[in-house]
Amino acid sequence: MTDELETEREDGRRPPRAVVGSHRIEEEMFGKVFDGNIVKRIWAFVRPYKKQMLIAVFAVLTFTATQLAIPLIIRYAIDHGIAPGTEDHSALLYSIIAFAAAILINFGASYVQETVVGRVAEDVLFDIRRAMFSHLQRISLSFMDKTEVGRLMSRLQGDVNSMQEFLETSVLSVGDITLLFGIVGVMLYLDFRLGLLTLAVLPILFVVRIYWLPRARIAFMAAHETNSVTNGALAEAIHGVRAVQSMDRQDINFTLYDDKAHANLRAHLTAAKYAQVMVPIVDSLTGVAMALVIVVGGSRVLNQALDVGVMVAFLFYIQRFFDPIRSLTLQYSVMQRAMASGQRLTEVLDVPIDIIDAPNAKDLTAEMDGSVEFRNVVFGYDPKHPVLKHVSFKVNPGETVALIGPTGSGKSSAMALVHRFYDVQQGEVLVGGHDVRDLTQDSLGQQIAMVLQEPFLFTGSVFENIRYHKSAATREDVIKAAKTVGAHDFIVKLTEGYDTELGERGGNLSLGQRQLISFARALVADAKILVLDEATANIDSYTEMLIQKALVRLLENRTGLVIAHRLATIREADRIIVLQNGELIEIGNHDQLMANGKLYSKLYNLNYSSFDDLPDEELEAATSGDFKT
Amino acid sequence: MSSDALKRAANRSDSLAHVNAAGWGRGLFTLVRITRMTLRHPWQTTFAIGATLVAAGLQLMIPRLLGHAVDQTQTAMAGGVAGKIAESALLTTALILLTVSILRGLFTMVQNYFAEAVGHHMGYELRLACYEKIQRLSFSFHDGVHSGDLITIGMLDLEGVRMYFSTALVRTILLAMLIGLGAYMLLSTDLVLGLVALSFVPFVAWRSSVTQLRLRATWLELQERLSVLTRVMEENLSGIRVVRAFASQVYELLKFDKASHAALELAHKRVGIRVKNTSAMTLSFFAAMGLVLWVGGNKVIAGEITVGTLTSFLTFMTILQMPVRQLGLMVNAYARASTCGTRLFALLDLDVAIKDAPDAKDLEISEGILRFEDVSFSYPQAAKRPVLQHLSFEARRGETIGIVGRPGSGKSTIAHLIPRFYDVTGGRITIDGQDIRNTTLRSLRQAVAVIQQDAFLFTTTIENNIAYGDPWATEPRIERASESAQLHNYVLGLPMGYDTVVGERGVSLSGGQRQRLSIARTLMLKPAVMVFDDSTAAIDAGTEQRIRIAMRRYAKDRVTIVVAHRLSSLMHADQILFVEDGRIVERGTHESLLAAGGRYRALYDLQVRPDDNIAATTKTEARV
Repeated sequence: MTDELETEREDGRRPPRAVVGSHRIEEEMFGKVFDGNIVKRIWAFVRPYKKQMLIAVFAVLTFTATQLAIPLIIRYAIDHGIAPGTEDHSALLYSIIAFAAAILINFGASYVQETVVGRVAEDVLFDIRRAMFSHLQRISLSFMDKTEVGRLMSRLQGDVNSMQEFLETSVLSVGDITLLFGIVGVMLYLDFRLGLLTLAVLPILFVVRIYWLPRARIAFMAAHETNSVTNGALAEAIHGVRAVQSMDRQDINFTLYDDKAHANLRAHLTAAKYAQVMVPIVDSLTGVAMALVIVVGGSRVLNQALDVGVMVAFLFYIQRFFDPIRSLTLQYSVMQRAMASGQRLTEVLDVPIDIIDAPNAKDLTAEMDGSVEFRNVVFGYDPKHPVLKHVSFKVNPGETVALIGPTGSGKSSAMALVHRFYDVQQGEVLVGGHDVRDLTQDSLGQQIAMVLQEPFLFTGSVFENIRYHKSAATREDVIKAAKTVGAHDFIVKLTEGYDTELGERGGNLSLGQRQLISFARALVADAKILVLDEATANIDSYTEMLIQKALVRLLENRTGLVIAHRLATIREADRIIVLQNGELIEIGNHDQLMANGKLYSKLYNLNYSSFDDLPDEELEAATSGDFKT
Repeated sequence: MSSDALKRAANRSDSLAHVNAAGWGRGLFTLVRITRMTLRHPWQTTFAIGATLVAAGLQLMIPRLLGHAVDQTQTAMAGGVAGKIAESALLTTALILLTVSILRGLFTMVQNYFAEAVGHHMGYELRLACYEKIQRLSFSFHDGVHSGDLITIGMLDLEGVRMYFSTALVRTILLAMLIGLGAYMLLSTDLVLGLVALSFVPFVAWRSSVTQLRLRATWLELQERLSVLTRVMEENLSGIRVVRAFASQVYELLKFDKASHAALELAHKRVGIRVKNTSAMTLSFFAAMGLVLWVGGNKVIAGEITVGTLTSFLTFMTILQMPVRQLGLMVNAYARASTCGTRLFALLDLDVAIKDAPDAKDLEISEGILRFEDVSFSYPQAAKRPVLQHLSFEARRGETIGIVGRPGSGKSTIAHLIPRFYDVTGGRITIDGQDIRNTTLRSLRQAVAVIQQDAFLFTTTIENNIAYGDPWATEPRIERASESAQLHNYVLGLPMGYDTVVGERGVSLSGGQRQRLSIARTLMLKPAVMVFDDSTAAIDAGTEQRIRIAMRRYAKDRVTIVVAHRLSSLMHADQILFVEDGRIVERGTHESLLAAGGRYRALYDLQVRPDDNIAATTKTEARV
């Protein structure tokens, strides 16, 4: 096999099934140049800074005016104070005074403009980001489930940043357009014919630029794209290095990566050609304009039809007037990018918030009894396909109820409804005797502690993770909770005990340890009702034992609703609810269910230590026996 | 597993971490090294530098020509030169100016293009070197480094080095030419006026450099603050269910605001630094221009210089203004290249710890006997803590060895030593009598396949993922492997079948499905030694059993090693090793170990129907 591989590669052929990196589908980078609706939405964020923006625009105009004035002052000094034949040399002094005034105004205006624009752009950027982030905190979970975190992050970062760029650019564009028209106006004013002649090169540049822009953009995009492709392949090599080495793919991968890196090189060289080809064109046109001024303007100076200072001023203006054209074409791309980003931002901001507190919502107090009741509940993420069908049951205060059933039976949905993550389509969910829709979400959240299947820890110390948002909890409370769930022993063995910083998502802890910390967190939250989704992931038997013990402690004196997978947990429960296909099919304690001989007893008798170890066909056999119709 | 990870976190003293502390000397050395790298493209470098010199010279001619043209009109008028002659003289000047402008444009194009080209060629070479190095560096290196850090080096640092030639080196030459030649021309024309005209250069150069360095420092800090903000947002969104479950939206918003304000404050500060300096630089430039106008104007009046000379002085200044302002960017480029380069080269210069010995031979499999002979091992980061101590066992073709023990007992490490992911620190491992350290890595890793705990999926089709180790494989073979791993039926149920893209940006597979894919992938390799490193933990017991039955076909041709904590995964093994604290404390078959009534027995009792005793003990404990 090795030999075959070597010879094949010498032919230049690549293995048919080998790829490195993946081709990411890029989002639309450019939108329309201008979209009224989006601009209106963005304007809403700028409005609080309206005064600053007005100041900025005023400063830009002033700044541009002084830029325009400087060659004029030089012209005046030459023609009226310096050039041979001028008698009154005081004009030079006046010019210098005017010059000094102009540059001081220029200094002030540029200072004001750049400070104000720079700061406002940053402010708006942070405001938009905050608005989105806070909106995301309220959006329904079904939207969050459907949307990748990475995608949302690119809204919060990339798209928001291009808004900032857009804002800065808009103000600059005002300046550039003013400068362009100002130069044209001043030149025509100084000498109409010479002005017209010199400006004749402008349309040429426009035409060239228009021809060049779409082609250049394709080349730039290609370079950008190959960058992300090669970087993606590199990232893959880093993350998958262990798999690569264990399957000995280094050589093939190197060849494939070389292909990508080489394509990247070629794309960049092409892009560089496109970028640079404009340089001699602009320089040549500048040369043509200056040559025209020298020949035509010069001969008019000779005929005394033109002051020499005007000719000098023309030469100065010519050196400046390509700058605004260049930056305006760049700003064109920025605008398009901003419109595409703005479109995506408004999409997120427009996602409706389904679950809001009712106008007369009450707070759920700690004095409530802690009961949970489902009354004829029908619910589906898609109303046409309900995952819970007319489910009714009541969990009495202090009782522990185990919810069991095969995957897709509706257990997790039932759990989410208690916390009002979603609203039911029919029936009602009551907590402490109140319909959850009549309660404020915050107070409901405070009375319900939840432990999710996948323990999620935040970056920060162990202490901070256990305390989480209960900032009133003392160190003693935290340690007590950790001791209760049996996490204390391993925590103190960490390098810095409770102050040990956890890596990304608690990466330096084992799954079982993370589970125990999340138990401690729920304990500190000290809620009357505990909703718990037991971990299914395989945890070694020793930690498993700790977790089982912790669970018993956690449920003491609380109403517990547990999605249970382990038989140990199930048997501990006061009552067991068996769900299948969204319907409640059995309810009762272990002994009762064993006695009635239905699904539960069949599963139990298969003698597995966990319901998740059940092979599919055994489960099928057990269920079909009962429900074959 | 967890203790390894902790040790890693605590022990970030790998060689890359020291780099940031490197001093000036090392930075300078790095710059010399990058400069030398550019010489690998002698022609392009020569073109770039040659064109820079010519372009700078041409650029300096333009003010002269403009001044000359102005003077021609003045002298003609004053001296009464005939209109025709004066006009043709102007035409000549105009044509020269046009030619110079065109040439300057062309040479600037050549300069920029080749400067970019040199950078991109260097970037290409560095990319390949970086990729190859990362692929070859051993597991212990990757254990000790954050993947994010490697990505930063391979993307951002590499970019910093790539930009060095065009933004630092070529710009330096251009600036030196413009300032040097320009100064010479100005000063030789008129010393006083020249000094006045150049007076803004030192101030702007100094301010610009200081500002850029300050901006760079604050930029790095801003990046840090932004990454805190990113983390807050990312964790919030990934853990949104926890956030909602604890009704802690308000708390999370406070966390966000804190991070956001910290970043915004610095962003504002940066605007301040930037604006203060750009405005001051512009003011100093214009002030110098005003002075030139005043001093020069008086000189013209006094008849010391002509209007043309004054014009050329003023245009000189406009030409010099941009490059002088960019001096800061140049200084920044040097600073960036030196820190980025130091980090990048530190990676490229790392020694690959596990590689072929100079006299390594291909592994030859005859009888198929794997032997651990008195093997000891400790991780390089914690050399004092032995992970394995004096381990010996033998496995023959057709046999299955089960290895079991508590987390952290060293059982996974045994799996990692066989394909030389790590090298033993004592004793030796042999396959058919050949010490694996004397065989080529390539032949060894083709003979030994490890199915990892967490199967990494590549973002490509399921088919390509299964054929990862043998990309020339035929479809029937891929499907057979997939069938044996009990994956085939699941794949057929997907709308795109084997063409379904999985991995980070594809369809997400459950833990068990990933592990099955990983098993299928390994079956493609036809290894002589197959090691399951707790790689069936997420697969349900029934499926696992079916996989085991399917594998029996192949098992007779190879050694199978099963590391697991679920006893049902290894009960059937020919020999079971119970590992504790890096030593084998019990060994035998399932039956004999059960009969012995030791640790294995205790674990067995715990796993089979553990509920009764746990419930009993916790109930009593709770009551006490």
